[in-house]
This record gives sequence, C-alpha cells and structure tokens, in this order.
Amino acid sequence: MTNFGEEATQIGSARALKFKDVVFPQYREAGVFLWRGYTPLECMHQCFGTSKDFGKGKQMPVHYTGAKVNIQAVSSPLGTQIPQAAGYAYALKQRDRDACAVCYFGEGAASEGDCHSAMNMAATLDCPIMFFCRNNGYAISTATKDQYRGDGIASRGIGYGIPAIRFDGNDLFAVYNATKAARKLCVEEQRPVVLEAMTYRVGHHSTSDDSTAYRSVDEVKHWDTVDTPINRIRNYLTGRAWWDETQEKEFRSNARGEILRGFKEAENTKLPNPLLIFDEVWDELPVQLQAQKDELIKHCMKYGENYPLQNHEEMK
Amino acid sequence: MLCRKLLGRCALRKGEVTLQNVRTAAHFTYLPQTPNPALGDTTKLNMFQSINNAMDIAMEKDSSAVLFGEDVAFGGVFRCSLGLQDKYGSARVFNTPLTEQGIIGFGIGVAAAGTTAIAEIQFADYIFPGFDQLVNEAAKYRYRSGNEYNCGGLTVRAPWGAVGHGALYHSQSPEAFFAHCPGLKVVIPRGPTQAKGLLLSCIRDQNPCIFFEPKILYRIAAEEVPVTDYTIPLSQAEVLREGSDVTMIGWGTVVHVLLEVAQMAHDELGVSCEVIDLQTIMPYDSETIEKSVKKTGKAMVVHEAPLTQGFGAELAARLQEECFLHLEAPIQRVTGWDTPFPYIYEPFYLPDKWRCFDTVKKLVDYM
Repeated sequence: MTNFGEEATQIGSARALKFKDVVFPQYREAGVFLWRGYTPLECMHQCFGTSKDFGKGKQMPVHYTGAKVNIQAVSSPLGTQIPQAAGYAYALKQRDRDACAVCYFGEGAASEGDCHSAMNMAATLDCPIMFFCRNNGYAISTATKDQYRGDGIASRGIGYGIPAIRFDGNDLFAVYNATKAARKLCVEEQRPVVLEAMTYRVGHHSTSDDSTAYRSVDEVKHWDTVDTPINRIRNYLTGRAWWDETQEKEFRSNARGEILRGFKEAENTKLPNPLLIFDEVWDELPVQLQAQKDELIKHCMKYGENYPLQNHEEMK
Repeated sequence: MLCRKLLGRCALRKGEVTLQNVRTAAHFTYLPQTPNPALGDTTKLNMFQSINNAMDIAMEKDSSAVLFGEDVAFGGVFRCSLGLQDKYGSARVFNTPLTEQGIIGFGIGVAAAGTTAIAEIQFADYIFPGFDQLVNEAAKYRYRSGNEYNCGGLTVRAPWGAVGHGALYHSQSPEAFFAHCPGLKVVIPRGPTQAKGLLLSCIRDQNPCIFFEPKILYRIAAEEVPVTDYTIPLSQAEVLREGSDVTMIGWGTVVHVLLEVAQMAHDELGVSCEVIDLQTIMPYDSETIEKSVKKTGKAMVVHEAPLTQGFGAELAARLQEECFLHLEAPIQRVTGWDTPFPYIYEPFYLPDKWRCFDTVKKLVDYM
C-alpha cells in the first residue's frame, strides 16, 4: 500500500506532535513512522516478514508495529483503532496532562460505527484525542459522494460537541499549523478535536487494486503533478533558493541507494523461527498450545523436506 | 512433478476429473470436475465468474433482488459483481458507505420488507461489526415474532479462507461462530459449479444465509459450468470419492487437499479413503457423514480455522455419539493451530497434505 499524494498530511502532522503523543494509525501513515525514526530498513524487514521485523513476521506488509516510535500496531480492520485511541487518551489523563492521543483514519473508515462511538465517547468523557481524518477522495473505488452526504468529516465534530478544523492536506505548512493549534486546544483543555485534511490518494488502494477501473487517468494526473504536496513544498523552497535541482538529484540518488540496499538486506535476512507462530497469543503459553507446538516440531522432523525451513531461522 | 503423477492416476477416480487445465496453487491442486450432462450446455467459468452468473440469474428472475456492499458497483474487489450495475441499474446494484454493521442491518431491513437482499462483506475477516445484527437480529427475526416477520430473503456473501499471503485479517474462516447460532444457514462451496448452485439456493432459501467464498479459488478454480439456472440443495453433503478405510470430511479449499491425500493414501499406503464435502455447515447433513463413518470406522475432519471450538469439534462430538461402536480410532481433527492466522508462517499453519497424510497413517495404524 502506498502513500502517494498524502505525504504532507503525514509529515506535517507528525512534526506538530510531541514524541509522547501516542499515535493510532490506520495503514496509510508510513510518513508518521518515518518522521519519528522508524527506518526504511525496518519497514522492509516488516514487509518481507523477516526475523528482524518487530512484529516477528506475523502481519502482512505495511502493518508496522512501532513501540520504538510510540505508534500502535497497524491492523487491517477499519475504524477499530478510533475508540481504542479515545480510551488510551482517557488513560493518559491519569499519567500526563501534556500528552494526547492522535488517531488517523480515512474518510471511508469514518463511516464505521466505531467512529461514531469513539467521537461521542471522547466528547462525553473529555478525552484528549485528536481525530485526524485523511480525506483522500476514495475508499478503494468508492468516491466521497457515495461515502457521505454531509459536509465531510469536520462537520460531524459539531454534532458531537467537538471543535473541528478542516485544512488543505497538501499544504505542508497548513497541516503543521492546524495540527499544532489543535494539539494546543486538545492538551490545554483536555478535550477532543476533529481535524480533516483534504488530500488525494494518488496511488491505487493497494497492489490488489487497479484504480483505472473507477477513475480517470486525467484526474489522477492532476493530483500527481499540479496539486501534489511534494511539488508544492519543492516550489516553495526553490522559489526562495533554499533548494535546487542539484540537491534534489543528490537526495534522490542517496535515498534510492538506501532503499535498494535495505531491500537487498531484508531479502537476504532469514525468516523467523517457525515456532514463533505459537508465541504471544496469550502472555504465557497454555498447555494445549504447547502440545500443538510439539506436534509441529514432530511433524517437521518427519516431513521437513516439504517445508521452506531453509528460509527460516532454526526451528527451536 | 506430483501434479503429473496425479494426472496419470486420475483414471482410477470415478470420472469426476478432467486432464485439462489443472492449476497448482500454493498447497493444493484444483482438478476441474466434469459437469453433469443432465444440466445441458456449459461454459468455462472460474469461481468469481460462476458467482457473478448466479447473481445475474437471480436478479433476472427476481426483479426485486438487490445487491449491495462496499465497492460492488465497479465490479467488486474480486470481480464477483462485474457488469451487474450496468445491467440492472444503480437502484438495484449499489455501493454502500463503509460499515459492515450497517450493511447487514440494512440488509435485514430490505429482506424484512420482502425484497431479496444480497449483501456483500468485503472479507469474512470484517464480518464481525455485523455480528450483533446477524446473531441477535437476523437469526431470531422469525422466531421472536411468532413467524409474523422474517428476513429469509437475506444472503450475506464474503470471501473466506487462506490465500497464501493474507495473514491475520485476509485469511479467516469464521464459520464456527455462525454455526453456533440457530436461525442462520452457513454454506461454503468448493468450486465454481458448487458456488453457482449453492448460491442460487441460498438466495432463494427463506432463511438468512451466510455464503463464504474461498477466495483462493476465485481465479484458479475454473471448469465447465452449466449455463442453465440450477440449484444444489442446502444441507446435503456430497461424497466425492468413495472409500472403505477412512472418512475424510472437509469444506471449501481443503476438499482439494483431501482429494490429493486420498490419492496419495491409495498409491503409497494401499488405503481407501472416502472424501466428503460437507457444503452446508449449518444445518449440516449428519446422515451422510454418519453413514460413512459407520462404514469405515475411522474419521478425520479438516478445516483451516483454529482447532479449539472449530466446526470439527461439533462433527467429532456428533460422530462419536452416533457411531461410537463402529469407531476403530479416535476421531482426528487436522486444523489451523490455536493462534491468529500468521503471515510468513502460513506453510506451517495450514492443515496441508502432509499433515493430512500423516493423520491417515495415524488412523490406520491405531489398533
């Protein structure tokens, strides 16, 4: 899953947070992870499911878990993270009145019942949570006109008694300033805020999607060339002679090198010990599950040649 | 290659398979079945096409029928609804906002009004927001109103099961949760021909039905499918391969693993296995499986879902109740482990042919 077109929503908002603000992601916030210090190599270990993945190869690609960066694990079901973030925010009140929870979600996920519950609870229970909606125009093939008929997501805040702000999600500074202002309100008054970043999903929903089936190439092209966060910030910087083509070339070359090296390294890293399947279902391994683990060990001793054991760390 | 070995030995089977178009997937081979000549002309369809065909027929014959869910308008993420909005219009085939609890609740209402409702949930893994509506409402709609009301016109469809790389949230087989709820029907096809016939039965059945579609079969399972409007009865299991030594019971994808293992058992152990596709999980055809186990005395149930409280537990309990004195070995279950469905470990998680083959050995060696 890619993040093309939504870079400003991620970097601008991440920059305005404090590290101690817990982040509950959906799955299109890789920039928030990277901003806080998750490395491209760590991303790749997760995508390849290697033994160096913090999540130990349990989840599908881009489902990062980020304790190192105070970001909760990505999970596929939509909207489930929203009430969780409200609860976490409530618990934060006991610990740190200078921190908040930030929950990212798309305008599609905002249609889930969980979103309604979360906003209403956050309002009635005074939870210091920022509801950050990336309104990127599409939920797979479903355009916003079929997702809602009201005035986007920001207007819903009013219905719950939650202050709301809508801004240009492709303007890096607008995202930063809006998030900064919202955070101040959220933390100082210990109450929720709704933020709606208007942006556009340039890429397909995922590698399983071909968006030419439901939107025009011209529409995508506009958002990939004219109103794109990277071009806009680049124009701003080059206009002030703070950036130029030489620096751009060098940066791209270095980044490409880093990515390709990371790719190669992750590709050549062993996958985890297969017995980790049984770990961490509960905090401790129940007797029945130990028996199943033993069964797999015995099975692989007999039939191991039929399994990709050579790709994994030793089974022990 | 094992694939070619199997083809060479296909002649030993009851004429159910063809030598054409065998597709080998990650852990099984799909062998196309020979169509029933009594159903007339056929056309080659894969499973998403046969499901599309079933819905097309249903919507043509039943002018009330509506199809809705996330992304169904452009054809659906698995193309099951391709072309249907063009044909029947956006009042009958439409996208809903992103809300499973809404889709199912809305579907109950549509059906309660007497309109046939086909509700698509994008992945079975996402059906749970609608669990309350299914269990507390759909299942009990007729019962709690003294039959004054019902939502029998509701069919909920969802992609189901392992796909090679689906991990926790694109691989689940949640049939056991719903089998535990009286009032619902749960149906799982093993291929395109069954998908069409069983789905048409579900759509026309006067009870809320959940139709789980093995997503790994959408493309790779392809065969000649009768073009006519035909149904396959619910609550009837099918014996795919007759045998005398071991009864193997499964549904969906795993049926193809069992057919392969049955052949391996024949070739390498001289053991004769009877393979049964349960088809309808609830209400299930107990008679067919009991008859088989009374004959063989040795039974194994295989499913991808985790072991504890999986549907194999119900079948094992029932079979030991009804066939106790015929049993020569404890009933075996070969299943996913009691863990969430893990990504990179899938080959070690699935109840694959080696675990099934080893279980056959265990059964015949028991006494």
